[in-house]
Amino acid sequence: MKYYDKLIFEFSKEGNIGYSLPRNRYSETPLLPSSVAREAPLPLPEVSEVDVVRHYTNLSQMNFGVDTGFYPLGSCTMKYNPKINEEIAAMPAWNSIHPLQDEDTVQGVLEVYYNMEKSLAAITGLSKFTFNPCAGAHGELTGLMIMKRYHELRGDSARKKIIVPDSAHGTNPASAAVCGFEVVEVKSLENGRIDVAALETLLDETVAGIMMTNPNTLGLFETEIKEIAALVHKAGGLLYYDGANMNPLMGVVRPGDMGFDIMHLNLHKTFSTPHGGGGPGSGPVGVAKHLEACLPLPHVVKGEDGKFHIEKDNGTSAGKVSGFMGNFGVILRAYTYILMLGKQHLRSVGQLSVLGANYIKESLKDVYKLPIEGVCKHEFVFDGLVNDGAREDVPGATTLDVAKRLLDFGFHAPTIYFPLLFHQAIMIEPTETESKETLDSFIEVMRKIAKEAAEDPNILHEAPHNTPVRRPDETAAARNPILKYQDAI
Amino acid sequence: MDHFAYFPQTEGDIKAMLERIGVNSLDDLYSDVPGEFMFKGEYDLPDALSETEVRSFFEDLAEKNVPLKIFAGAGAYDHYSPSVVQNIISRSEFLTAYTPYQCEISQGTLRYIFEYQSIICALTGMDVSNASMYDGPTAAAEAMMLCIASTKKKTRVLLSDGLLPHVVKTVETYAKYHGIEIGHAPVMNGQTCINCLKAELSKGDVAGVILPSINRFGIVEDHSGFGEAIHGAKALMVEYCDPSALAVVKSPAEWGADIAVGDGQPLGIPVCFGGPYVGFMAAKKDYLRKLPGRIVGQTVDREGKRSYVLTLQAREQHIRREKATSNICSNQSLMALYVTVYASLMGPEGLRKVNELSSAGAHYLYNRLLSTGKFEEVFPNKPFLKEFVLKPLIPIADLQKKLKDNGFFGALATEEGFVSFAVTEKRTPEEIDALVKVVEE
Repeated sequence: MKYYDKLIFEFSKEGNIGYSLPRNRYSETPLLPSSVAREAPLPLPEVSEVDVVRHYTNLSQMNFGVDTGFYPLGSCTMKYNPKINEEIAAMPAWNSIHPLQDEDTVQGVLEVYYNMEKSLAAITGLSKFTFNPCAGAHGELTGLMIMKRYHELRGDSARKKIIVPDSAHGTNPASAAVCGFEVVEVKSLENGRIDVAALETLLDETVAGIMMTNPNTLGLFETEIKEIAALVHKAGGLLYYDGANMNPLMGVVRPGDMGFDIMHLNLHKTFSTPHGGGGPGSGPVGVAKHLEACLPLPHVVKGEDGKFHIEKDNGTSAGKVSGFMGNFGVILRAYTYILMLGKQHLRSVGQLSVLGANYIKESLKDVYKLPIEGVCKHEFVFDGLVNDGAREDVPGATTLDVAKRLLDFGFHAPTIYFPLLFHQAIMIEPTETESKETLDSFIEVMRKIAKEAAEDPNILHEAPHNTPVRRPDETAAARNPILKYQDAI
Repeated sequence: MDHFAYFPQTEGDIKAMLERIGVNSLDDLYSDVPGEFMFKGEYDLPDALSETEVRSFFEDLAEKNVPLKIFAGAGAYDHYSPSVVQNIISRSEFLTAYTPYQCEISQGTLRYIFEYQSIICALTGMDVSNASMYDGPTAAAEAMMLCIASTKKKTRVLLSDGLLPHVVKTVETYAKYHGIEIGHAPVMNGQTCINCLKAELSKGDVAGVILPSINRFGIVEDHSGFGEAIHGAKALMVEYCDPSALAVVKSPAEWGADIAVGDGQPLGIPVCFGGPYVGFMAAKKDYLRKLPGRIVGQTVDREGKRSYVLTLQAREQHIRREKATSNICSNQSLMALYVTVYASLMGPEGLRKVNELSSAGAHYLYNRLLSTGKFEEVFPNKPFLKEFVLKPLIPIADLQKKLKDNGFFGALATEEGFVSFAVTEKRTPEEIDALVKVVEE
C-alpha cells in the first residue's frame, strides 16, 4: 500500500464542475423568499469528474478488504462476499422502487421479504422475522423492545432487569440501557461458561430476560444451555440470542431448539453481505411463536389470495424501529447467498468455519497462551504470547504489537483486547471461505512473530513497518480534535 | 461433502486439518453440543442454484414489480445518482472492508469519513458531525436521547406535527422504551406554530424540540425566533433536514439550532425500497462529548505523516457499556461514501442547480394540476421547493389508481386528506405534461 496524502477539498478550484445536469427547460424558476433562503456560504469542493475518480481510487488503495486478503477479525465473520450478490442488488428493478409504493406494484420486493423470513425461520428454528433493524446493535435493541412489549402485554410490569454475561460485547448492556432496562452482570466460570449457580441466584420476578451468544464470545459452546433456558423460563424471563456468533451453527444447530425466544442475525456477518467499511448491515430479528404479535411493523404477510401485503398496524406490535422496512438492498444480497447455498451447502458453512478455527488454535497454542483448552466453535481467544521477550531494559511484546506486526505481512489483525476477561486477548475467526493454504501461511507468520518477540520485542514495538502510516497518535487526536477539513486549515 | 465455489477446501485438506486437531470427523468438532440440539431433520430451504439460475430467478421476480415514474417523496427522493458514484462505491477495497479498527490499513475509509463529516458540517453549518448512522428517523431518535442526556432533570421532548410520519413513529418508539415523554408542537397554517411551542416550553420540562426544516407539506418553514424561545427554556433545538435542500434553504446553524439530523438519501442514494440509506447527525461543539456513533479525527503518525483515526471513543458502547447514551456500533459507512462522492461531484453549484431544476419542475406541476380544476390550494403563498400538497376535489383512491395504471407514482395521502407530489431533476416537462393529462382524463 502506498501513502497518498490528499483530501478532496484540496483539489478544489473555483469554476471546476464534476456534474452533468439537464438544461432547465421550464419557463419559470421560482426563488425562495429571502427569509428562508440560505445566506451562509457552502464550502463544498469544486472539482472535476476526473479528480473525483482518481482521488477515491487512490484512497481505496490504502484500504484492506476481504478481497485484499485474510481478515481473521474475531466476532466479525469476515467471509468472502460473493459477487453475484452485488449484481442482483444493483438491478434497476429494485433500486428504482419507492418505499411507499402500492403493494400491488412491489409484489417482487415483498416476495423477497416473505421468502427471506421463511428461510431464516428454517435456519434458526424460530417462527417469524422482522427485517426493519438496520444493523446488529439495532437488532438487539429491537429484540429487547419486543421483550419489553411482551411482558407489558401480559401486565408483567415489574420485569426491569436484563442479565448479561461478563463476556458479552459492550453493545448488549448498551442496548439494554437504551431500552430502559437495568443491566445485571452474571459471571463466567474458569472454563469460560456462564456460572449457572450464580445465574440462578439472580433470577426472580424482576428479570425480563437474559442476553446470550452461543457459542459465547470466547468461541465456546454454552454446554448448559438447556439448564439455563429452563431456569430463565421458569422465572418468567425470556432468552435473547445475539446472532453475532451464528456462523458455526449454520446447518448444524438451531437457536430456537435450544430454547431461545428472540434472536437477531447479522446478514453482514453470517449471510455474506459486505461490511462496507462499517455498514450498511442488516439485523433481522426472529421470534418464537408466543412473541409473534410483538414484532415491529410494517411487516410483510401473504394473503389468502396468494398476494403479499404490508401489515401496518395491529395494536400489539413493539412499534416502528426505522424509517421504512430496513436495508432492502442488503436483504437482497443475503437472499441471493441463501439461494446459492441452498439446503445442500448450509451445513458446510458451520462445519468448515469450526474446522478452520480449531486448526489455527491447535497450530499456535504452543506459542500463544490458550487460556481454555478444548474444542472451540468458529473462533477462539488467545491471551497474548507465551514468551513476550520481556527483559530488564525492554518491555515485552503486547497483543497490540502482534496485531501491528501482522499488518506488515499482509494480513488483517484479529480482534484484540476483547473479550475483556483476558488482558491480552487475541480473538481469531477465520470463516469457512479460507483455504488451508491461507490458514497455513497465517500460522507460519504468527509463529514467526512469536519468534521475533522472544528474540527482539523491539521489532514488534516498532511495527508496522511497511504500511502507509505507522501508529497514528490517537491520544493527540482525542486531546485536540480535528474533525473536519475546516478545522484543519 | 459437496464442493461449492465459496469453500476452498479439498477433501484432502479437511482430512489433514482434522488430523492436526486430533479428531476423526467434522461431527467430532461439535462434541461439546448436547446431542439433542444437533439438528437432524432436513432444512426447509430450496435446492442450491447456480449463478445462471439465480439470475433468471431474480429477473422473473423483478418482473412482478411495476416500474413507475416517481412523483412522490415523503422522506425518499428520486434524485439522479451520477455513474461515478456507483463506480466508486463498488470498489471492493471500500466494499469488503470492516469498520476501520486497524487504522494503518484503513486510511481510505477513514479519510472519506473525515471528508463526509466535513461535507455534513458544510451543509448544516454545524461544528461537528459523527461518521453517520442508520437512517434519518433513527438519527432523530438518537437526537432525542442526546437532548435528554444533555439537560438536567428534563423529561420531555417536543416533536413538531410538521415532521414526516415515519420520523415521528420511530422517535415515539425509542421514546416509549427509553422512558421519555413526547409532546407535540402543532402546525398552524402550514408551519410549526411558535406560540403553541412557547406555551409548551413554559411548562419547564422540555429537554429538546425537533423541528422540520422542510415539513411534510413540502413547506420551507420559517424558524425566526424559534432558537431564542427554545434556548430561553434551556432546551435544545434540533432541525430535521433534507441535506440536498440545505444548498438553498437556511441551514440549521442559521436558524440557531444545536443539533442537525436527517437522511442523506437525497444525496446520491437510490430509493431502493427504503434502504440502505444513511442518517446524519451534526451538532454544536458543546455536544461533541455526548454525540453518539463513530467519529474520525485527524492526527499524525510516528513519522509525522497526516493520518486519520477513530477518535473520542470513550463515548461509545464498547467502552461505556450500559452507561453509554447510545448503543450504536458501526456507522453506515458505504452510504456515507455515496454522500461524499456525490457532494464532491456536485459541488456548491451543482447542488444549487439540482434544487433549481427540482423546484422549477415542482412549481410547474403545481400550477398545471391547479389548472385542471381538480385540486384546490391548501397553503397559498407558502414557499416550497420540490414537494407540495394540494387538496383533491376527486376521491384520492381514484386519483392514485389512475396515476398507477398509467405508470406514475404520486398523490400520497396525508392524514388531513391532502395529496403530496414531489419532483426532482430526473423528471422532465414532458413527463409532467403526461401526468397532468392522465389527471385531466
